[in-house]
Order: sequence, then C-alpha cells, then structure tokens
Amino acid sequence: MSTTTWASKSLAGWGRYPIVDTLCARPESQSQTLKAFHDRQGDALLAHGFGRSYGDAALLSQGRVVLTRRLKKMLEFDEASGLLRVEAGVTIGELIEVFLPRGWFVPVVPGTQFVSMGGAIGCNIHGKNHGHAGCFGDHVRSMEMLLASGEVVRCSREEHEDLFWATIGGMGLTGIILNAEIQLQAVESGAIEMESIRFNNLDEFFQISAESSDYFHTVSWIDCVKSGAQMGRGIFMRGRHASAAQARTLSEGPLERVVELAQRVLDGRAFESNVLLNRATIRLFNEAYYHKHPAGEHHSVVGYEPFFFPLDAVENWNYVYGKRGFLQYQMVVPEREAVRDILKVISESKMASFLAVIKEFGDQDHGGLSFPCGGTTLALDFPNFGEPLLTMMDRLDELVAEVGGRVYLGKDSRLSAEMFRRMYPTWERWREVRDRWDPQGVFQSDLSRRLGLTPA
Amino acid sequence: MTVLILGATSPIAQAVADVYAAAGFSVALAARDVEEAGRAARDLQIRHGVEARGFAFDACEDFERHAALVSEVEATLGPVDVALVAFGFMGDQQASEEDFEKARRVIEVNYTGAVSVCEAVARAMESRGAGSIIGLSSVAGERGRASNYFYGSAKGALTLYLQGLRSRLASKNVHVMTVKLGFVDTPMTFELETGIPVASPQKAAQAIFNAQGRGVETFYYPRFWGGIMGVIKSIPEKVFKRLSL
Repeated sequence: MSTTTWASKSLAGWGRYPIVDTLCARPESQSQTLKAFHDRQGDALLAHGFGRSYGDAALLSQGRVVLTRRLKKMLEFDEASGLLRVEAGVTIGELIEVFLPRGWFVPVVPGTQFVSMGGAIGCNIHGKNHGHAGCFGDHVRSMEMLLASGEVVRCSREEHEDLFWATIGGMGLTGIILNAEIQLQAVESGAIEMESIRFNNLDEFFQISAESSDYFHTVSWIDCVKSGAQMGRGIFMRGRHASAAQARTLSEGPLERVVELAQRVLDGRAFESNVLLNRATIRLFNEAYYHKHPAGEHHSVVGYEPFFFPLDAVENWNYVYGKRGFLQYQMVVPEREAVRDILKVISESKMASFLAVIKEFGDQDHGGLSFPCGGTTLALDFPNFGEPLLTMMDRLDELVAEVGGRVYLGKDSRLSAEMFRRMYPTWERWREVRDRWDPQGVFQSDLSRRLGLTPA
Repeated sequence: MTVLILGATSPIAQAVADVYAAAGFSVALAARDVEEAGRAARDLQIRHGVEARGFAFDACEDFERHAALVSEVEATLGPVDVALVAFGFMGDQQASEEDFEKARRVIEVNYTGAVSVCEAVARAMESRGAGSIIGLSSVAGERGRASNYFYGSAKGALTLYLQGLRSRLASKNVHVMTVKLGFVDTPMTFELETGIPVASPQKAAQAIFNAQGRGVETFYYPRFWGGIMGVIKSIPEKVFKRLSL
C-alpha cells in the first residue's frame, strides 16, 4: 500500500487570524487515517475538520494535520430510537439534511451548520438551548478514537470514562475521534415557532430572559456600540420546534428582515479591504439592525435555517474583515453586573463589535476544558484592530476571571496560559487524564502549546 | 434498478454511488478493500434507504472472476442497469521507466483490467438488450506526454476500446459513455498547486449521472477541458515534444 501523501497547505480558523503553513494529509477512509498516523514520522499531529473554530484550536504550525472532512460515512442508525453512529467528518448540516425528513433533529446546533461532528465534540459546542439540552457532548453515547498509542479504542460513560470525559470539550488533544454515536432528537417539523422582542437595555434583556424558561431556544443580538441608558439594547429571540400543523403556516417575520440586512453587509466576497468595517459603519449597521425590527413583540413561524444559522447563507462572510481577519471574544460570566462592566469597557474603547450575541446558559458545567457554565455569555466579533484590541481583550480577561468566568477556547487565539488556568479551575484534572492517554504529547495544537496543555 | 460501481472506494466512485442511490438505485460496490466497500454500502443504506452491498473485486488479480462477480451482483441485487468503471492507477512515471513490472501494473489496471470487466458487463447487458456502461478515462489519454505516458497511453487505449464497444453495442440498445476527467479534488490532485480550477467529486458525479441519463457518448468534465485538449491536440508533434508537459 502506498504511503500517505503530505502536502503543504495554508490553514486558518474562521477568523483568518492566525494563518499557518502545515503538512496536511486528507484520508478518504478510516484505514487511511490510521495509515496517516503511522506515516507522521514522529511529528506531532492534530485533526482538523472544516476550520470553523475561530482561532488556533485546529492549527498546528510545527507538526502535521489530518484533514478529516472526507471521513463522513454513516455507520449505524436505529429508526426507532434515533440513535446514530457516524464518522467524525460528517457536518451538522448533513445530519439535518438526511434525518429531518424522517423526523429527527440534531439536539444541539451551533450558529453554523458547517461544522464537523468531531469539531462539535472537541469544542463541546452549545446552542440556543443550553438550559434545556446542555451541550453537544451530553448527547454523545460513545466514541471510537485513534489514540497516541496507535490503538483504536471505544469510550463511553461506562468504558474508559476518563477518556470520554476529557475528549468532550478536549479541543482534539486526546486523540482523533474516528466516529461517534449520538442520540438525535425527535421533532414534528424543522420549523421554529418563534417570538422576537425588541428590548431597550440590559435590564430588559434579563427580565425577558427570566420569563422565557419555557422556550426551548433563546438568543439575543445586542448593540454594543450604545452606552448609557441604551447600553445593551437589542432583539430577543425565543422559539421552539413547531408542530406539523404550525409548520404549514411558515411566514416571513422581522427576523428574516434583519438577517437579510446582515447578509447584505456581510457578503464579503466583493471586498478584500480593511476599510469596510470601522466604527462608523458598525454603528450604522447596529442602528439599522435595531430599527428594522418593529418595537415590541412579534410572532412568526420560520424555517430552522434563518433561526439557527442566520449567516450560513453568506458564503465566506469572514472575508468581510479583509486581510487582517477578525477575532471573536466569547466569554461567560456568572454575574450579571460583570456583563455591564464588560460592555462599558468595549463602548469606551471605541472599538466596536459588529455582531454581538448574548444569552443565558443553564447551570450544567461539564468541567475540564469545556466552556459553558451557569451565567451569561456574550460573543463579540472585532475586526483585527491589532495591538489596541489585544490590550483591551487582556483587560476583559481580567474582568471575566475576577468573577469566575471564562473565555471560549474554540474562539480564542490570544489568551495567556496564566489567565487560562484561572478561568478553567479543573484543567489539572483534565491534564492528568490527557497525560495518561498521551504521555509523549503526540496530539498538539498551537492553542495547546500557548496554554501550556501539551509540550511546547 | 441497479448500479454497479467498480473501484468503489475512490472519492469520485463514492460520489457517483451517492447520486445513484439518491435516485433510488440499488448499489453494488466492488473494490479491493471489501471492508471499506461494506462501510460505504452501509452509508448509502442509511442515507438513502436503498439496498447496497460491498463485493470483493480486483481489476487484475484474477480476470476469470470478473464474469462471476457480475453474476453474483445480478443474483443479489438484480440486473445491472448501469456499470461504472471507476478504478485507475496513476503509478509513478519515473519508477515505471526503470522497472517494467511497475509500468505493466499501470497498463494492466487502467487497460487490461478495465477491458476484462467491461466485457463481462457487456455480455450480460447485450443478452438483455439494455444497460449503460460508463468508463472513466482521462484527458491524459489524449496525447502522449513525457511526464505520464504509461498512464496516458493506457487511458488512451481505454478510450479507443470504449469507442469500439459503443459501436458494437449500439444496435443492442446498450449505451456506452466515455468520461474524460480533468482535475477533480481527489487524492491524485491533493498535492497539486494548480491555477486550473479543481472540481469537487460531488459535482463531477452529478454531471456523470446527468450525462448518462441523456445518453451522452463522450464528455469532458469539467467541460472546459474539451477546449484545452482541443488546443493541446492541435500542437504539431515537432513543437509538442519540446514543450515540457
């Protein structure tokens, strides 16, 4: 059998910062994946799906990367229970496409459908339903993994449960996930019965959020340019899967109008400049976005795509930030006051975030390197303003760590090792498990080296 | 309806299998790696709810087995309506120049093996007076080039063979289609740094399915390769051999 082909490719996360050159292999099957592992010539290794994590979580500059996007076979499916085993390179979108017509939905979906299942497990992604459904990892029954020893091992909550625990949210550092068994969620339709409500400030957001506990999915967009009495104004969206009868009344609501506006602005293929997004244009966009939505509440039944994946319709919207790329900052803080402090720092910095998303998580905390925990999460997209932005993010880190919050590693490219240790108190237990399964540090990433999780 | 895919583990073959399964065909996946073919078959069953099975097949290990394979597929999944010859082997030009055994393998996989299995399929289709054979040839078979003439000549011979087979079966209501592929995003092109666009296996597969449905006899994919090859074929030999192509 021929040896693995390694080709030098430029890889970047969704933020296009940083960009690194790495030797890559792209296996077409599980057996070729095992082959690539053996043909790595002693180098460190990392699996890379579709590059939808934002920073350097799926990058490895000194080492080799296995592109897993061609590993997308569906291996087992039980029509009665919705239990499914698929290879790690299958995307969330593909799962929905195949199983929604049969009455099944993916129980936890992120803001884009173009993520692989392996990535969803590695980042232990959350959706708009964290309070009700937890994270993606909570719906994984078992995984088959290629380990540092070269063995293929199955793990679950009963079998090698330490490995199972450390792999969920483990940022791809415990081995290569070959396939996983997940429990799909039964739905009557793919439509979402939703309400969108304009709110004037952060207090109103928390109030509506508290009244929305019987909605399965909740998320809000906020304008983080505004300060003072209007600080934290935005649009609250809450919804649940519609019944088959409701699905027949699909309508065009205000959500589509604001999504359409964002899509037009974000259609970045025409631009390769750094001038498009600056404080002035972001302020204009935020103003327009807010006012496109009628004041008060609005009821509609919409398709799942505009509700869950509003930006997927714009291919490569990350290019709107130009060559410099952008950085997303997503944090969770257990205290509401901290949200106010953070918004204040941002609005005073004069560095605007284009799209800011806020929501409240449920109380589930998976531990290890997994991000979600009880509190309020805020996700901010900043054009790469360079040094001033990095300095401000360091300041935000302080505020977040101070109150026991944390930054999402799946979206990070600049957190310090010291700050990471303050934010993830159970990281040492995670490290012990990782060391047990990969004592030589075969699996590494630029993120893991920066945070001191694997040998430098 | 049944489609037989010969050389079923390549990305193009799998993409073609997926398109036919989506259209409701039962799928026979024949490959050397029968375990992987079985996994691919399971995948088609889950995605499309069709019957699909993996079969052991080697293009040149055992030519006598080719007819037996066709019978086995037909006994299990029914008469083969469409057969795709998808396997191929690029080989290494340099190594082939130094060692004829290497060259021979390139010739046997791409030509002899393909002819052997096409004949087996053709006999079954001819007796029924129905069916469609699709052969994946290559633009490399249009002109002998210093950099890959073993592979190119075998594919060129396959193109001629398919042409002859098409003539023979035309009166028997059996369709034969020659597909000449340019760059498709497969392991063969993964390393290439090229200014020429590389097509996805999914798009290539859809194009093959559509063309077969319309009864096309020869087609290039991506289509602009027809133009490129037109130019390349028109360069006089005297000039062509000086070009380092």
